[in-house]
Amino acid sequence: MITKTVLIKDTTPGSTSGTKEFFDVFTAALRESKLADEIRLVRAADIGVYNHGIVLKILPDNITYANVQHHDIKRIIGVTLKHGNPIKDLLYQPRAYQLRLVLKNCGRIDPESIDDYIAHDGYRALSAALQAGPDTVIREITASGLRGRGGGGFPTGLKWSMTRSTPGNEKYMICNADEGDPGAYMDRSVLEGDPHAVIEGMLIAGFAIGASQGYFYIRAEYPLAIERVQKAIDQAHAYGLVGERIFGSDFSMDLEIRLGAGAFVCGEETALIASIEGKRGTPSPRPPYPSVKGLWGKPTCINNVETLANVPSIIRNGSAWFSRIGTENSKGTKVFAVTGKVRNSGLIEVPMGTTLRDIVFEIGGGTASGKRFKAVQTGGPSGGVIPEHLLDTPVDYDNLQKLGSIMGSGGMIVMDEDDCMVDIAKFYLKFCVDESCGKCAPCRIGGYQMLNLLENISRGNATLEDLERLRLIAKAMQKASLCGLGQTAANPVLSTLRYFEDEYREHILNRRCPSKKCTALLQFIIDRSRCKKCGLCARSCPEKAITGDKEHGYTIDTARCINCGMCFETCKFGAVERN
Amino acid sequence: MIIATINGIPVHVAEGTTILEAARQVQVKIPTLCHHPDLPPTAACGICIVKVQGSNKMLRACCTPIEEGMNILTHDPEIVEVRRTVLELILSNHPNDCLKCGRNQSCELQNLAAAFGIREELFPKFISGIPKDDSTNAFVIDPDKCIHCGRCIEICQELQQVWALSFLGRGFSSRFAPAAGMRLVESPCVECGQCSSHCPTGAIFELDETVKVWQKLQDPDNYCVVQIAPSVRVAIGEAFGMPPGTNMTGKLYTVLRRLGFKAVFDTSFAADVTVME
Ligand SMILES: Cc1cc2nc3c(=O)[nH]c(=O)nc-3n(C[C@H](O)[C@H](O)[C@H](O)COP(=O)(O)O)c2cc1C
Repeated sequence: MITKTVLIKDTTPGSTSGTKEFFDVFTAALRESKLADEIRLVRAADIGVYNHGIVLKILPDNITYANVQHHDIKRIIGVTLKHGNPIKDLLYQPRAYQLRLVLKNCGRIDPESIDDYIAHDGYRALSAALQAGPDTVIREITASGLRGRGGGGFPTGLKWSMTRSTPGNEKYMICNADEGDPGAYMDRSVLEGDPHAVIEGMLIAGFAIGASQGYFYIRAEYPLAIERVQKAIDQAHAYGLVGERIFGSDFSMDLEIRLGAGAFVCGEETALIASIEGKRGTPSPRPPYPSVKGLWGKPTCINNVETLANVPSIIRNGSAWFSRIGTENSKGTKVFAVTGKVRNSGLIEVPMGTTLRDIVFEIGGGTASGKRFKAVQTGGPSGGVIPEHLLDTPVDYDNLQKLGSIMGSGGMIVMDEDDCMVDIAKFYLKFCVDESCGKCAPCRIGGYQMLNLLENISRGNATLEDLERLRLIAKAMQKASLCGLGQTAANPVLSTLRYFEDEYREHILNRRCPSKKCTALLQFIIDRSRCKKCGLCARSCPEKAITGDKEHGYTIDTARCINCGMCFETCKFGAVERN
Repeated sequence: MIIATINGIPVHVAEGTTILEAARQVQVKIPTLCHHPDLPPTAACGICIVKVQGSNKMLRACCTPIEEGMNILTHDPEIVEVRRTVLELILSNHPNDCLKCGRNQSCELQNLAAAFGIREELFPKFISGIPKDDSTNAFVIDPDKCIHCGRCIEICQELQQVWALSFLGRGFSSRFAPAAGMRLVESPCVECGQCSSHCPTGAIFELDETVKVWQKLQDPDNYCVVQIAPSVRVAIGEAFGMPPGTNMTGKLYTVLRRLGFKAVFDTSFAADVTVME
């Protein structure tokens, strides 16, 4: 009878052959110990541990061993498989761990059931806050060190106290759920997975600043989030947790949803306010800040979804609990959407201060292709790339800024050696150019001109002076754009220039794209020795640039070739080369 | 009262005064483009940026209230370089047909380019090529010359409450236009002229028939008469540098006769008659 299962996986980057040999040795050893009928060995496809040599997972004991050597097999059989005892020095010690505070309930509770939320300590923080009073709430949030997760990292307690101290008896609370960065879906997941936590955060914030009306500004592309938040508001209303005299106290607050049409710039707070007011969603100069003059001219506090989702647990567990997590100036955890060329793409939540290397390699499992890691982009289109040699940087607001990137809202895109940095810069800049509202000149025209310069570089039609032009425009955009979109739009260009200027120069001086991404710079030729003269390439060519016949073979007329790459894709024998 | 310094010069100004206004009080000139004294700042162009000691940002002087103890710097190589780049960018999106432009010699962009000594084009030109709108008898709209200062829209929507003009589209394909992209003649436009009189460039200008009038005057087969509106006798004085309010009635009649008009009628005569009736 099978009593235990051992999953085996060689997690050395790029190596798979190691497991087979190890597997055979292990199998033989089991047979020798007469355990072959009780222990099942399985070569696993993925064990969730990466870059730790040969990894074993023993079930049902749930013991994980890392960096196992052949000579460890005997011990494992004797100590663990026979007697169920762990071997300390082999135990897998994760270098990084996830800590789910914001995502705590996501996937664990039924997001459509308020009872389920209440059963998991839900609305206890609201009740505690109402008893403690607004000043205590603000003091707690300030002491916790919580900073805005929407990108700017502004201290949340300070924002609340500023809004509270502005005179006026009509104030507003807004939850920013416009989430527009490409590849980011942290806020959507929280709204869909734990809507009541955000509602509870909104109510606590509203109570603290003195608001009686709150709005969720959710992009219309998030129908499920909208549906669940609406359902949650209705349920909370029915329970007396939203609306008049909440928990029987003097505090009343209503919540409503407003839909955004998916413009990235409408995530900027002044543009967001204009949008809710029914105006064109363009930013306005600050000051006056929303805390002084916001929605309908009244003092308004705007917080991100993730910021608000942190609030109930801080109130419940106390500021000291929260401020123990993270780094000196960045407390708590951060949710990241890790995507791109990474093995495990998905949402992760880690304590602030976790290194980029641990996020990408330990949790993310390194590159999916097994190819060389090149860079990671944080902060989405407003951020920058961070190269390999800086991966040991602990992630927090200040460190990322020093590297020319930003924390942003939590998008993280991993790139490997196939990614061309000029192409990456072009991709992000294009996003900002498309999303620019067009109000201020530096962003509207600067972005467009930079994009053209990058386009020329990727076609080999540029000079070194164009790099100076790029820097000049980038500076003007950073310094003279009206809102954060324009001020940060040049970051991807500047950071790729900072860390990969060689690649730019290679495009300009040698008209060569080292990652073979910029098709205009490639040359396609047919390697006669590998060509099987099948003629598929010639048929696939839209420009009829490939001539020849099945007898003599084929050649590409480079003058007519438009570098579309069809022949390269079509050839089954690898006979088309691109250089 | 707020006390601060601008380029080391102390300023004492009332609370709420912008950096731009404060600078003018101490004779420091900060260049501007989108700013207009009649209108709240739209903060669009980014030319008036200044530095405040202790911050590595640059702030727009037109819309930033000066704060107690601020030490403001209006000119240094970095500021001037950023301003110049922004101006070059704006020029790269503006046609070079000053000689044929309705706003030739009264264009704020032209003046700024002259003040910065722009002699070459740093960036390639791109002009959207949106057709002109001359559907009314009052104005010509030339969207290609628009620098997106937003003055016309602010006036049309907020001051005049007409809402004939608005911004359409986004990014570099955004443009100002009669609402929903219709022609001006079909829009709610009442031809009040506030937009054109505040436009810094040739993007909105009054339909100019001077050349036609000259042609008629010189045609011997025509008997040309002229009638002037009451306001002109005073308004024209200012254009010739007279103190505001100077009555120019006599000079105006003489000049019109010298230009070749055979008879001069004055609307104010009819107005007087109406009043006496
Ligand atoms: C172009 C632009 C887009 C933004 N998009 C978002 C967004 O999608 N979600 C968000 O929470 N904040 C966004 N922000 C930041 C907001 O302006 C604001 O700082 C934030 O919502 C404040 O909340 P926090 O203090 O909780 O972070 C954006 C800012 C800019 C300049």
